[in-house]
Amino acid sequence: MDRFRYMDGVATVRLADAACTGCGMCEEVCPHGIFAVAEGKARILDRDACMECGACAMNCPTKAISVNPGVGCAAAILNGWLSGSKPSCGCGG
Amino acid sequence: MSEEKGGGCCAPSSGNASPCCGGGSMSKAVLRYEDTFMDGQVDTPAGPVPRVHSRIGRRDLLGRWRVRWGIGRDRYRVAPGLYALGAPDGNAPVLVTANYKMTFDVVRRDAAGLDAWILVLDTRGINVWCAAGEGTFGTEEVIRRVTEARLAEVVNHRKLVLPQLGAPGVAAHEVRKGCGFSVVYGPVRSRDIHSFLEAGMKASPEMRRVVFPTVDRLVLTPVEITGLLRPAGWSAVALFLLAGIGPGVFSLGAAWERGFSAVAVLAAGILAGAVVTPVLLPWLPGRAFSVKGGMAGGILAACAVMWRHGAVETPAAFALLLAMTAVSSFVAMNFTGATPFTSPSGVEKEMRRALPVQAGLTVLAGLLWVGGAFLR
Repeated sequence: MDRFRYMDGVATVRLADAACTGCGMCEEVCPHGIFAVAEGKARILDRDACMECGACAMNCPTKAISVNPGVGCAAAILNGWLSGSKPSCGCGG
Repeated sequence: MSEEKGGGCCAPSSGNASPCCGGGSMSKAVLRYEDTFMDGQVDTPAGPVPRVHSRIGRRDLLGRWRVRWGIGRDRYRVAPGLYALGAPDGNAPVLVTANYKMTFDVVRRDAAGLDAWILVLDTRGINVWCAAGEGTFGTEEVIRRVTEARLAEVVNHRKLVLPQLGAPGVAAHEVRKGCGFSVVYGPVRSRDIHSFLEAGMKASPEMRRVVFPTVDRLVLTPVEITGLLRPAGWSAVALFLLAGIGPGVFSLGAAWERGFSAVAVLAAGILAGAVVTPVLLPWLPGRAFSVKGGMAGGILAACAVMWRHGAVETPAAFALLLAMTAVSSFVAMNFTGATPFTSPSGVEKEMRRALPVQAGLTVLAGLLWVGGAFLR
């Protein structure tokens, strides 16, 4: 989705190179295609396109990826600030 | 498969004032919609499995229209469990989805012509993407439903096709450990399911990317508006009260006349932020939604002032300009929850900068407007 870009320099996604086995799950699940695997290792190509959904970290079998996942939703963040808890959409789920 | 092409967290799921997802109460009216899609049953080694058809009827369309307007959205569910589509056998693929009925409808429509099993998880009537974020479309629930449906007796293979947008909630390697089935992530959009299966369960890069075309943004706008009705109603009451303040302490006539125009400005600001901004999203300058929304509101307000110039006094004109910019900016910022590309870190950064500006503009607009009443 090249037409839509959001804030630069904020995404919390990180990849620990040493732990990566190059299995390619991150590349498969990322809805913005920020990963690419080459020569047995994944690389982050476009960190600023990350929306922090957490799919990559969730599906990384060696826990090489870390991200602070959540919903990029102003109302949820406002709810979190007002209630002093973790941002929530109010789903109770 | 996921029902939305875009649809970030919140938008497709909730109904009440809180923009994300639905309420918590379980299984109220779970069976209410069954007769719109049930089509007998098929026998399997694990017992009979209900069969569904692919047709979308008038009641399905009406139901979709209702939830798009936020009516009964948290009760729009199908019963979780295994369903058959067409005449699936032991080799047929297993498609996993959420129990939000709009999601389920899109999956059975897009899978028309396939002989497949559809495994519906209990996501409490929430779409795949939101439910994955909440964890209800999650590893545990996949394992539980596979076990409960005795899927290992129904099919010969050990593969589940999950929608790619379910991945934030599901650890594929854990599912395999937990029930012996391996997870294959299918395309983002269920309309690609045929191509995905024909390609031997391979998704092209296009099938893996979320996009957010104009139509997708447009269908999300009604629920943005209905979600704002309550706060907008309270704001309108406050505006009518403020409108009465003037040289005569409080005037009912002024409250009515000036209040009416203030509420019109509020409504215009909401429309600018909740409809105009989402539709024009790619063409409005800036990255921050508050900037895009402020721009849309400001430009529309400027047009209104020019159109009515002479009829509006100068302080009121400035108040109109500032208020519409602030309201539109705030409302547009809330649309971040409906988009599939805004990160929480980004939204938080944007809000820390934008909220003080929006509050400042609102206060200034209020002072100009109330002050203007004394200058007449």
